[in-house]
Amino acid sequence: MDKYMEMIRIRFLMMLAYRTNYYTGILIYAINIAAYYFLWSAVYGGRPSMQGMSLEQMTTYVAISWLARAFYFNNLDREIAMEIRDGKVAVELIRPYSYLGMKAVQGLGEGLFRLFFLSLPGLLVVSLFLPLQFPEHAKTWFAFALSLLFSFIIFSELNLLAGVVTFFTFRNEGLLRAKRFIIDLFSGLILPLSFYPDWAQRWMHYFPFQAISYIPSMIVTESFQGAAARDGLLMQAAWCIALLFPLGWLWRAAKRRLVVQGG
Amino acid sequence: MFYVSVFVQYMGQYMKTKLQYRADLFVEWLSDLMAQAVNLIFLLVVFSHTPLLHGWSRDEMLFIYGFFLVPYAVFAAFFNLWDFNERYIVQGEMDRVLTRPVHSLFQIILERMELESLLGAVPGLVIMVYVGSRLSLSFHWYDALMFILLVVGGVLIYAGIFISLATISFFADARTSIMPMMYNISSYGRYPVDIYHRVIRYILTWVLPFAFVGVYPASYFLRKEEWYGYAFFTPVVGALFFAIAVMLWNAGVRWYRGTGS
Repeated sequence: MDKYMEMIRIRFLMMLAYRTNYYTGILIYAINIAAYYFLWSAVYGGRPSMQGMSLEQMTTYVAISWLARAFYFNNLDREIAMEIRDGKVAVELIRPYSYLGMKAVQGLGEGLFRLFFLSLPGLLVVSLFLPLQFPEHAKTWFAFALSLLFSFIIFSELNLLAGVVTFFTFRNEGLLRAKRFIIDLFSGLILPLSFYPDWAQRWMHYFPFQAISYIPSMIVTESFQGAAARDGLLMQAAWCIALLFPLGWLWRAAKRRLVVQGG
Repeated sequence: MFYVSVFVQYMGQYMKTKLQYRADLFVEWLSDLMAQAVNLIFLLVVFSHTPLLHGWSRDEMLFIYGFFLVPYAVFAAFFNLWDFNERYIVQGEMDRVLTRPVHSLFQIILERMELESLLGAVPGLVIMVYVGSRLSLSFHWYDALMFILLVVGGVLIYAGIFISLATISFFADARTSIMPMMYNISSYGRYPVDIYHRVIRYILTWVLPFAFVGVYPASYFLRKEEWYGYAFFTPVVGALFFAIAVMLWNAGVRWYRGTGS
């Protein structure tokens, strides 16, 4: 366990060395959210609510979705693909730790860094000039924190899955890009899923993508309350566990198939 | 004439290397297409809840997006300056470029072109023709010339802004993340600028004139006469920003001392 904690710390410190990049990151974020705010104001066009959400809730939804993304987002799939291409994966596999476990905690270290140095200051900046609506109950904040942790786990599991596929295909740039667009669209990052047509919403229920962004953002804007929030959390927990099975199975198969090209 | 023949030869070489890996080409095109699909779906879903966005209909918004894709594709094909700092300044490639017999900016455009990005214009044209026929827009023979003029204007604006940004690398060789920021901001020129606060509208018109690559020129074809003044101004703004960028570039090259690596 110690070695995993140490790895989280090292990643955190590594990111800290490049923190100046994140000052511009906060600016990018603030400009983006401001533009989204004007766009949504125009879409609402004076209506008090759309799909059960007020303009303030929608602004909060957009602001929080992008901040949450800074926490759960990582490039584990690309890192694995790169290590396979370079042949580094051979050295990684003989080290005394679980390769995938180590990748996951590295992602966590990065996520924690961005949470403290990008998300929180960013939220502070935009709350100065945009009408955001934060929950008052401590319970909502707690549910949101838990939900965010699940988001990270599900996102990382999907990334690890996509990364492990590289063991079989060697090149899967196309798959990785496609995955990114699918997650942008179906996780509820750019649009709350309740805005999609009914048939599309029914389909999205069967996929893990909504558990990444839609559920935590709906919880924090209090669009999901009580039973709805609980069901959302349960669904996220279920996906966290369910995705472990294909991951474990693919990983065992991948280790048998591994061919190191050069290196 | 010399410039034209060098250009054609570089283009020939480029085609040969790219056609060697056709599968990659296809995958790249597909992922371009998916990025465009994400933007389109956003528009379609938003307009399934509201008939008008500040007086603009869904089809008009789609037309603006379709128009934007054309100058953007041309820009992406020829002005691939994303990693200029990394590749040319930090790694010292600029020294080699300066020994070449053509202008240094032209040389970099030749080396870094990505002709396959031009395919990104195809969905744009399809959207414009489809939406244009639904809106039953009128089309005169001189509109074709107008289209070329406005597209060229848009390309020059994009090129001007991104060349100016690349020029910063000559003076300060620290890596900055201004490029992705500019990329984000550029997408706001695709929405009708009257939805924004007047400060943002002013910036998108005169400081970072991305509105001239989307909503202003498109409103000429949408026959929105109140925007005609801006639409006709597009090539002028393009020429101006491109000229400033080239002047900045030349000043940067004079300043350039190399990193010694």
